[in-house]
Amino acid sequence: MSDDSLLDLEFEIIGGDFNQAGRVSTKLKSILKEIGFDAQVVRRVAISTYEAEINVVMYARRGVLRFKASPQKIVIIIEDEGQGIEDIEEAMKEGYSTATDEMREMGFGAGMGLPNIKRNSDQFEITSEVGKGTRLEVTIIAGDGSKS
Amino acid sequence: MAPKGEVVEVKKKSEPAPVILTLREVKEILGCEVLVGKEQLGMEIWGACAADLMSDVLAFSIPDSLLLTGLVNAQSVRTADVAEIKALVYIRGKRPNAGALQLAQEKGIPVLASELTMYEACGRLYLRGLKSAATIRSKNE
Repeated sequence: MSDDSLLDLEFEIIGGDFNQAGRVSTKLKSILKEIGFDAQVVRRVAISTYEAEINVVMYARRGVLRFKASPQKIVIIIEDEGQGIEDIEEAMKEGYSTATDEMREMGFGAGMGLPNIKRNSDQFEITSEVGKGTRLEVTIIAGDGSKS
Repeated sequence: MAPKGEVVEVKKKSEPAPVILTLREVKEILGCEVLVGKEQLGMEIWGACAADLMSDVLAFSIPDSLLLTGLVNAQSVRTADVAEIKALVYIRGKRPNAGALQLAQEKGIPVLASELTMYEACGRLYLRGLKSAATIRSKNE
């Protein structure tokens, strides 16, 4: 199944480092553009990974973003070590936020992060353990490629 | 109330026709200083969005629109890059920090700065017929 894999990458994200936040997503964006993925797909990947990066920076000590792309689909897994999410159902609601004033001053904490990621994905899975961390798995269908 | 079965014609309030402005026109309308991209002022702008919270930009903007914001850190430019914002206007006399300017230069995103408040900057562009990028998206969806 992974024979046609185009990319298999791994990036580390450091918690609290706002200046670095977004580096992974902009890098992935230019790689995917260069390969020739559909512009809409590239944008969805860029937005999802950017929001996920920001979440790690805001709420975790560290995280790892794994990125796998084939012509048919893109899978992004983000696992972090951090405070975790107490109520996932609430966190998935647009506008729900536990952000601090400092985070808002940085331009984040509108309570749109997780809903934004979900909106831009074809499959979205989230699991979290309070005090340990959060794991997101995002799948984006890349094209109408072979279904066999 | 019209009798049952009678067709009532509802007159729609006329809206200003959608327009395309060049970035040069945006600069003049908002009295902007151009901080990055002086050579890109011929760029065409067909819609705008305004926000200080970057997740709102990611959620509601559509590609190739103009972003008006008061957020001056590098994340404003990174967000613009991720959301494929065509050009940035910083309002309320705010100036982006050095990191933001450097990133804008690297990414080739023009940066303008206006002394106007967010409300007035948006109002002036709207009066000139520039559409809301978010409105256009919802119509198309």
